[in-house]
Amino acid sequence: MSLEDLREELSKVVDATDIFPRDYQKDGCVLEIRADADKIEAVAEATRDADFFLECITGLDFTNGPQVIYHFNAFSNLSRVLVRVQLARNQSLPTISSIYDAAIWYEREVFDLFGIHFDNHPDLRRILLPEDADFHPLLKDFGKVHAFRSTEEIYDEPDA
Amino acid sequence: MTNQMLEPITEQTYYLNMGPQHPSTHGVLRLFLKLDGEYIVEADPIIGYGHRGHEKMAESHLYEQFLPNSSRMDYLSGLLFNHGYVAAVEKMAGIEVPPRAEYIRVICAELNRISSHLLWFGTYIMDLGGFTPFLYCFDDRENILDILDHVSGSRLTYSYCRFGGVAKDLDDEFISATRQFIERLRSRWDDYHNLVTKNVIFIHRAKDVGVINRELALRFGCTGPILRGAGVAYDIRKAEPYSVYPELDFEIPTGTAGDALDRYMVRLQEMEQSLRIVEQALDRLPDGPIKAAVPHKVRPPKGDYYFAVESARGALGFYIVSDGTSYPYRLKARVPSYGNLQVLTDVLPGTLVADTISILGSIDIVVPEVDR
Repeated sequence: MSLEDLREELSKVVDATDIFPRDYQKDGCVLEIRADADKIEAVAEATRDADFFLECITGLDFTNGPQVIYHFNAFSNLSRVLVRVQLARNQSLPTISSIYDAAIWYEREVFDLFGIHFDNHPDLRRILLPEDADFHPLLKDFGKVHAFRSTEEIYDEPDA
Repeated sequence: MTNQMLEPITEQTYYLNMGPQHPSTHGVLRLFLKLDGEYIVEADPIIGYGHRGHEKMAESHLYEQFLPNSSRMDYLSGLLFNHGYVAAVEKMAGIEVPPRAEYIRVICAELNRISSHLLWFGTYIMDLGGFTPFLYCFDDRENILDILDHVSGSRLTYSYCRFGGVAKDLDDEFISATRQFIERLRSRWDDYHNLVTKNVIFIHRAKDVGVINRELALRFGCTGPILRGAGVAYDIRKAEPYSVYPELDFEIPTGTAGDALDRYMVRLQEMEQSLRIVEQALDRLPDGPIKAAVPHKVRPPKGDYYFAVESARGALGFYIVSDGTSYPYRLKARVPSYGNLQVLTDVLPGTLVADTISILGSIDIVVPEVDR
């Protein structure tokens, strides 16, 4: 399935205004989707049906709440898709581990390092840190960081 | 002491800890296995023993200060990680790299890929009980380490790339040593194939063992030789061309079944392709500067960027969020071994404990890279 088909499938799931084309040469992705937490399962199903694999899940911490970034990619040329989910502080989001097995470990990592909870995850244990750790090290209020910013300070509104 | 008869075992299954200190886990990996006799029922790889927090370190260091960290994630293909990190920041900051520097990077990166594969080759066969190839491989690998040591000053954790170029220019000694090495390794293939590839014991240990097909690789996000062993010709060097790879002629070797033998064959052929790349790059090596003029502190513009390179183990990605200062706001390394290791939870159940060694070896993980 091509990227255009995926885009069409995704437009059934999220608002068309939440899909932004991005320039691969500029930032390494061809498509960005901004999804709400409850849409992520539907988005993941659409990418799975389009024969994409889950490349990684990343957490980001901002003053106005954490973000979870999903990168999907296909075994073909230049097709990386970025999905951005903005969360409120202490908000949880559904797991996509029933859709992609790779998500089991990636979600455990995000939980471990950011304390973001994934609902219905089959095995949400710490993965990199010891079981008895009582902190989430990649949060910006932990340890030494250079800056703690809000999303507005980093992202200009992408032109649709 | 009196001999006591043990009570008959009533439980059918039991647990076995393999690692974290086990010679064939190549690093501090612990496999928590649930066994039924000799068969594995459940496998749970437990990682994190080598977690150093590279991603956290990045948040309080300048982009330049993170350079040495990059090659310490994967100590066997450090230069490929170094190249990936440098290229990601260059793309963000819009730094043009002189062609000579790009060629030097590709030459050194491919030599590093060969040395990584050679080490894998030697240790994999040693895990299966063959000691001799290990010594041959380390002899060859030593050559590469000497060559790279000559130009970069380090044998393992190379921090050779700089933003806008490389640290030191190649000299004639490097070029002649590399050409000699290419000849030498090419003359070795027959030995390797006679020693290992045609060895019936090896074939029995590797054929139809640990099958990872395309569908499984897709579910777990496996990349690199594992994916290519399953017949998918996916290589970042071709799929998302970077550096000077588009100008060079090489092929992507693939397997068919996706078993340990296919992964073995793919890696051996990849070394031959890497030799081709090095040879072509040496022939075409342009003259010119080796480093562009770059400001003392790199300040990439605001935004986020994902840059992928093909490491020796698969698709390596650096996802960097910049807030416009000279410190990365967040740096995430998408390491190939992470997905490649997780697939064991699906592959190991149903196999024999003895095959675990063969499967784990054929996957070629580097645990410090998984732990970061």
